[in-house]
Order: sequence, then C-alpha cells, then structure tokens
Amino acid sequence: MKVYDLAELAVRNLKESVLRNSLTTVGISVGVASLVAMLSLGIGLQQLATRRLVKSGLFDTVVVTSRRDLRNFNRSDDQAGGPDPAQSPALDEPSRQKIAELPNVVEANPDLRFITSFTYDDKPHLTMAAGIPASYRTNDAFDGMQGGFFSSEMAPEVILQKSFAADLLGKTPKPGSEESPVADLAKPLLGKEMTMRYAEQVAGNTSGDNTDTKGKQQIDSNADTADASAATYSIVSHELKLKIVGVTDLDPDSMRGPVRARVLLPLKLLQSLHVVQPTALRDTTQATSKVPTYATVSVRVKDPAKIQAVEDAIKKMGFNTFSMLDATRSLRRFFTILDLFLGIFGSLALAVASIGIVNTLVMAILERRREIGIMKAIGASDGDVKSLFFAEAGVMGAFGGALGVALGWTIGRLINAGTNIYLRRQDLSPEQIWFVPWWLVGGAIVFAIVVSLASGLYPAARAARLDPVQALRYE
Amino acid sequence: MGESLIRAVDGVSIEVPAGEFVALLGTSGSGKSSLLNLIAGLDRPTSGAVIVQEKDLARLSREDLAKHRLHTVGMVFQSFNLIPSMTVIENVELPLRFAEVDRSKREALAREALEKVGLSRRLNHRPSELSGGEQQRTSLARALINRPKLLLADEPTGNLDSRTGTEIMNLIRDFNESLGMTIVMVTHERALAGQYAQRLIFLADGKLVDDQPNVAPAATSSQGGRA
Repeated sequence: MKVYDLAELAVRNLKESVLRNSLTTVGISVGVASLVAMLSLGIGLQQLATRRLVKSGLFDTVVVTSRRDLRNFNRSDDQAGGPDPAQSPALDEPSRQKIAELPNVVEANPDLRFITSFTYDDKPHLTMAAGIPASYRTNDAFDGMQGGFFSSEMAPEVILQKSFAADLLGKTPKPGSEESPVADLAKPLLGKEMTMRYAEQVAGNTSGDNTDTKGKQQIDSNADTADASAATYSIVSHELKLKIVGVTDLDPDSMRGPVRARVLLPLKLLQSLHVVQPTALRDTTQATSKVPTYATVSVRVKDPAKIQAVEDAIKKMGFNTFSMLDATRSLRRFFTILDLFLGIFGSLALAVASIGIVNTLVMAILERRREIGIMKAIGASDGDVKSLFFAEAGVMGAFGGALGVALGWTIGRLINAGTNIYLRRQDLSPEQIWFVPWWLVGGAIVFAIVVSLASGLYPAARAARLDPVQALRYE
Repeated sequence: MGESLIRAVDGVSIEVPAGEFVALLGTSGSGKSSLLNLIAGLDRPTSGAVIVQEKDLARLSREDLAKHRLHTVGMVFQSFNLIPSMTVIENVELPLRFAEVDRSKREALAREALEKVGLSRRLNHRPSELSGGEQQRTSLARALINRPKLLLADEPTGNLDSRTGTEIMNLIRDFNESLGMTIVMVTHERALAGQYAQRLIFLADGKLVDDQPNVAPAATSSQGGRA
C-alpha cells in the first residue's frame, strides 16, 4: 500500500474507536511531556550555570605568563614541548598581538595592576588599582553596580570597589557590623574627582625621552645584560585626575582575575600611562626597550570548549598558561549525568505509555479480526496488514509526541514561573531555569514515534499472521 | 494440543475451463466452502495441488497468494463482508489501494464497477444503511474492480429474498456471458444451481459425489440475451 493510503486508513481506523485511541495518545503525550519537562529543566539549569560562569569571565579565560618568569623555574610539568625558559620569548606587546590573532581568541589583554596612592578630599589612600578592558562591561562583576561603566576606553574615569568607597567616606565598617548598602556609598561619590599618583616607566638612558615630566625623583636602573645601553629606564612620578563613575557591589577577594582590585580604571588608559609594574624590577632583563612587557596577559576565548586548543597554541609559542578548564570539564560531566538521570526518569512514563499502545492495538486486532479477514480475502498481503497497524501506532505516536511537547513545554513554564515567584519572595532576581531547544522538540516527537512503532511491532505481526478463513468465520 | 486433521476436502479432482459457470453443491459441512477457499487462495491444501491459471497455489508464498486474491480472483460472500466503517465507494475502492492504483484513477474505476452492478445512488452511505441487495451489489462491484478472470461466490443469495437473489444471480450470469468470467458458485440450493450454472458438482463429506453438465440451464436461453 502507498504511504498516504496507509496514513489515511490508519487515521480513519483510529477515529473509529476515538475514545480509546485518544486515551492511549494522551498516555503517550504524558510520557513525552514528563521527558520534555525533565530534560528542559536539566538543559535550563546547565545554561543558567554556564551563563553565570561565562559572565564571571573565569571559564573562558587563559592566563598567560612568560617562562622567563622566575616563578616558573620550578614548574617543569607543563613546559614540555616549548623552548627552555632562557630562550622563551618575552611576553611583550608583539607577543600579545600574536596571541590575540590566534583562532578562537576574542581578545588578549595585559594584566595591569599596581599599588598606588589616591587622593580624595585631600586624604591619601593606598590601594590596588587595575585596568579593565571594555569587554568587561557585561561581566557579572558589574551586576548591581551604582553609576555606570567607563564612557570610553581612554576616559580618565574610575570605578571604585564598595569597600574602598567606604574607606574614602570614612565609613569603613567595623568588624561584625553591617556593611552600608552600595547605593548609600555611591551617592556622595559619583561624579566627584580624585587624584591618582603613579610612577611612569620611561625606557631609554637619556633624559630626552622625558622632557615633559615634572619628575620629583628619577631612578636609573642599569640591567646587567649585554645590551646595557638599552636596559635602562627611568621612573617619573605623575598625577592624574579621575572622575568617579561607578561603585561596584563586589567582594575584592573573590576569584576574579582582572577585577580583583579596589580601584578599576580603563585598561587602554592605563596602558598609555606606562605605569611601572611591581614586576618591573624583577623583569629588568625584559624592560630593555620602549616595547611594553607584561607579567601576565589574560586571553579571552570564544567558547569554553576551545580553551584547550588555545592553551596548546599559546604554549607552542613558548609561554606558560593557566585556566579553569578542569573545572568546566567536571561541570559538563555533572550536567551530562544529570540530564541522563532526568531523561531516564522522564522515559519511565513513556515506557508505561508504550504498554498502553500495545494493549490498545491488541484490543483493536480482536475487535477488527473480521475486518482483517475481509481485507486479506480481497487481496491485502501480510505486509499491508502489518503496515496498517504499524501506521496506526505511528500516528498515535506522532500525535502523542506533538501533544506531549506542548504539555511538557507548559509544565516547564509553570515550574519556571513557580520558581521565580519563590525567588522573588526570597528577594532574589528571577532566573530562567527551563529551556526547550528545538532539537528537544523534534527529538521528543521522533522518540515518541519510534517508541510507538516499537510497541506496534508485536500487534502488527500478530495481525498479519491472522488466518483469513478463521477471521472471516468470526462474528 | 495436537490438532486432529479433518479432511474437509479429500480426493476431489475437478477441472474448470475458462469461461465456465460451475456450481458446487452439497449440504453444510460437505466441504464445498473449503474447496472454494482453496481456489481463492485463502487456505492451502495439506496435500495435492490447486492450479489456477498455470500456478499451483499450494506452492505459492503468502505474498504471492495475496497477489492471487488481489488480481486473479474476486470473491462474493453470503454475509457480504463489507467493511462497516467505510462507505460504498470506499469499500469498492479498497482493493485498488492494495493494488497501489493511483488515487486519481480510483474513484472513476469504482463508479464504473458500481455502474456495472446497477448501483449509482447512495454511494456515500455506509453498508449498514443499505438493503441486502445493495450490499451484495457493492460486494460484487468490489470483486470486479481489479478485473479478475475468476469470480468465486459463496452462497451469494443466502441472505437475500428471492427477488433480490434473482437480480444478483442475473448479474453474475451477465459477468459470465458478457465479460467471459469463470464463475465458481457455492450453494446448497439445487434449484438455483440448476437455473444458472452450466455444470453441477456435488460434494458430500469432502468427497466428490457427482460432476455433471447442467443439460438445460433454464434461464440462459430466456434471459441471457438481455445483457
């Protein structure tokens, strides 16, 4: 029989005992719905976790250090495959650019941080300052920030960490007492100016390079290298007025690379200032030219899955790398297992539903014995009869699957809505903990059809084997 | 659980030339219906051969037997055996579905067959809404639809009143005479057989009792020319 004939006959046969077949179909749809609801919950939770982690910038970041760095001399395990520390390249601006051009790399930013003095209201405060690239605008470190992000990459603007803001205002919380809310701290500070004192590192051995400096102190540092003439730099003190544009609600001790400072400045601005880095003295051998050299470079990767490839590429260039790759890997494993278990639980209902299909079709054979006999008498082959019952199972599966996806989607939405009501009562921001991707919609319907067809195997074979002479005698 | 073998048809040897109208006669349980089922390919002999159009049905696969039922024979039953959930035209079309005839051609073929049996109204009614005669006409149209060479009728008038029975029998004889179809009809009515068949075969307890030409099929001369 042709496919459309099969489908037509199957649908009309199903319509003949519409109540029983609808109930069976509803059974399948409940099975599919539980599967879809469970899996969409698993997928939603995974996305939520991944979204949070990606936003935190921890899991898509590779930290690059030079092998010349003395800290690395006793770490030989991950240096296989690269040149020796002595021959390894310097982590300078050209290297940073090369890293930034690697495939799957979004950006590579030097890690600029230093301790310096800020003057606000004529009082000096000593603290750690760091440069923040423009891409960190979306980092969840700035969730709940008062004010705004830097207006441009070169803007003389500054974002303060909440506890530093409290220091500036003289409101440092006593141990054990409640912290002031970030909004209260930000209000008197936003838009105000404060002055940063910093030391510029000027390369070269002549004072011609720094004619514009109003240096208060000038230290010449001669490195003990072959190229002694170039291995010289001066340190010139400067002051810079900065406008306070934001106050973050962030714990400075949290595990966040570039954000781990109390005063945040635009990275490009800091780079242009050539502030002397705490590592500069140790790395004097590298500070031999005007090319800036960095202690560490943070590389952002397009996708946490590409971290390994990027790390390998950077290692091949002769640098050391560090990432949270293993943490993401175990996170993935956890969610794969979670999805598997949710899927198994969801499938249980579908298994029960498939028994319903077998039952319905076996009943249908008994009821339609005579009809099967007639069809065989007028020329239906075993295959025709088998296909017909198979098609009926398939149609029930398709309808049940489609209905089940809709039902599962609704259940997922309800769970999500319920969770969010609860979260709001707990003063937490609502989250999307449920997600139905298109592949799940298609997959669930296909799965329902496959399960239904499998359930139809036995009834269909039984119907096909029916002896027409006996079937016709049956009244 | 061993099934005891009952010889419903035993040692019957008959040969029906193409175009002949044969009646199988006998009391109930004589084996006449079993013989018909063997010719129809609904049943297989435990031994012996049933040869229809040079093919031994005993040796055919289940698949080929289905093809035989679909294309070579058409069947008409005492209880009509129409599918109750289908309309008249759908019942007649059903063998065309199994024969994978194109959807567009089916309805015209079904109407043509229904015209041949004199049914042109109530085509979209279900069998339960029809009279016995109309149901048997539908059943005849269904038997004809794939243009078989052989029409097998199992007590075709058994559930009909005598007037309607005569109408149906006249139709069957028309097919025999105008279309050259071979007819094998099972009946227990000696008179009916004598009126229409060209040859009478008597069975009793599964054995051939008598096989004789019907010397004067009474109706042939008087009504046959009407076709």
